[in-house]
Amino acid sequence: MAAMQQESAIRTSRAARVLIYLLLLLFAFFYLLPLFVMGVNSVKPLSEITGGNMMALPEIWTLEPWRKAWSEAQVGVQATGLKPYFWNSIKMVVPAVFISTILGALNGYVLTKWRFRGDTILFGLMLFACFIPFQIVLIPMARMLGIFGLAGTTWGLVLVHVVYGIGFTTLYFRNYYAAFPTELVRAAQIDGAGFFQIFWRIMLPSSGPIIVVSVIWQFTNIWNDFLFGASFADFSSQPMTVALNNLVQSSTGVKEYNVHFAGAILAALPTLLVYVVAGRFFVRGLMAGSVKG
Amino acid sequence: MGFLDIDSASKTYGSVEVLHNVNISVGEGEFLVLVGPSGCGKSTLLNMIAGLEDITSGEIRLKGNLMNGVHPSRRNIAMVFQSYALYPNMTVAQNITFGLEMHKVPKAERESAMQEVAELLQIGGLLDRKPAQLSGGQRQRVAMGRALVRKPEVFLFDEPLSNLDAKLRVDMRTEIKKLHQNLGTTIVYVTHDQIEAMTLSTRIAVMNEGHVQQLGTPKEIYDSPANLFVATFMGSPSMNLVPVCINANGEAVYAETSNSFGETVRLAVHEAGSDLRSMSGKTVTLGIRPEALTDKDGADHRSTHVERCASTVGVTEPAGSDTFVTTSFGGADCVARMRADTDASPGAIIEFAFNMEKAVYFDPESGIRIG
Repeated sequence: MAAMQQESAIRTSRAARVLIYLLLLLFAFFYLLPLFVMGVNSVKPLSEITGGNMMALPEIWTLEPWRKAWSEAQVGVQATGLKPYFWNSIKMVVPAVFISTILGALNGYVLTKWRFRGDTILFGLMLFACFIPFQIVLIPMARMLGIFGLAGTTWGLVLVHVVYGIGFTTLYFRNYYAAFPTELVRAAQIDGAGFFQIFWRIMLPSSGPIIVVSVIWQFTNIWNDFLFGASFADFSSQPMTVALNNLVQSSTGVKEYNVHFAGAILAALPTLLVYVVAGRFFVRGLMAGSVKG
Repeated sequence: MGFLDIDSASKTYGSVEVLHNVNISVGEGEFLVLVGPSGCGKSTLLNMIAGLEDITSGEIRLKGNLMNGVHPSRRNIAMVFQSYALYPNMTVAQNITFGLEMHKVPKAERESAMQEVAELLQIGGLLDRKPAQLSGGQRQRVAMGRALVRKPEVFLFDEPLSNLDAKLRVDMRTEIKKLHQNLGTTIVYVTHDQIEAMTLSTRIAVMNEGHVQQLGTPKEIYDSPANLFVATFMGSPSMNLVPVCINANGEAVYAETSNSFGETVRLAVHEAGSDLRSMSGKTVTLGIRPEALTDKDGADHRSTHVERCASTVGVTEPAGSDTFVTTSFGGADCVARMRADTDASPGAIIEFAFNMEKAVYFDPESGIRIG
């Protein structure tokens, strides 16, 4: 009797499983369709797009649109392609991610291991940074950048993104370090380690998972940011997102959809790469703060 | 002046005073155990000695030097934590030498000091491992190694054995005692386990609610507890407390109570002091340890004063080496420690022997022992 029940239980779950997989495949297809369209159309000549259908595989395979998007397309005054803007983005993202992560780690360390009067209130205020819409700070931020002499520079953008990111990185590291045993810090104090020695030698080496979370989060947000890039950068410091917009929105000449598609993929590649390389640590790190290892 | 002096030390958090005017003087080479229930302030006091917590008022001196406000690393102390607090990202060798490295000891010297400690604690084979790869007992040894390597003036132990299983705990207890005997360093040790306190210490400070209840050798604490708290906290099973009426009759002083079936029991007090004599006609609490309340054959033969009386056996609990027998006197449940092969059986009426030399008396209102 019990065996029969178990059998039927397996059978129903198998039916449910098939349904679940079908649904998942459907959703996967739905989500991958745009990527397919982008990919397919970035490797065919323009004539095939204008004359044919978006879904069809190319008759003539070509990497010309990619080359054009990277180094020839008319983005600004010069026909430079997206290349210089790609490097602008890198020059902005790397320091911004690094600085905001380190500062977030330091904040988390102080807020959990060097408690002081009012630290929870301070942390609460820092959390506000996560909820302030970008648009609100545009004008005051422009004024500040002007005062600092950073208007229109890559370092100005780095500053903006660091300031905006600190709320998130502090939140991550504070919650991670809250579960980190305080006895370790005390032992290190007795061993004679100072504030920064404890940070560099004890705390940071044990923070792998949460560093990955912070880096992925910051990298994606900063790389994909358009508003700050469009507002605070000048021609020499515009990031990839702004350049892509300029490329696609340009109103002179023929719209080269294949080049646009290639450019869009180029703009999305770095974040994809970060996810593929570090993605599996992402979920692990997000859970590390809440569950004791 | 002792080696380590704690002089009217107090600690307050906001408006809550958690330590009240603590005075303890520890001699060189002493093994002082701070014992008490959780929340009694013993760990706070240890952290104050370590410099991890500020002293609100009073002084802590080490070898006559005032330690208030001195950074933990400059006090020449080492501490073993309950969780061991081994640095998870470092190997055992790095864990042990980290303190020396922070104090800028040359590498060759660090290496030889580490080898010496590794040999002493028999952890030579573990030096390249990470803490996560060690068992509880091994971690405990490494934590001790980290403390030993710095050759501190005072060792502080914060409940170091409470994370170990029962058998390992007993083994490590013996090792700590051996270590103390071999090295002769001064140790302050915090525990809530009264057996650890008894076995390890040269002196015990029993603490409760931020007060030192009694400071003395294990024997003093056990045989002459200063008050009811110390009497019941130390010892397992805890001391029997029987309400008795004092009856001073000329030279002799009697403590009167009743047995399980209501008969009056008259116990002659052994060498009654004047304070107890003056309590004649009043009810006091008689305290008697389970091992001083036995069957009539099991009474201590060296004792010069044993009183006997009959009572009903409630429950018998064979514990292997002894059998614990419960009964009641004066309405209070009492535990008697009898030989393993005692013939006491539940419901039987047998003779109990009181070793009156070991009996102590307390004022039931203040809880203080009557001399």
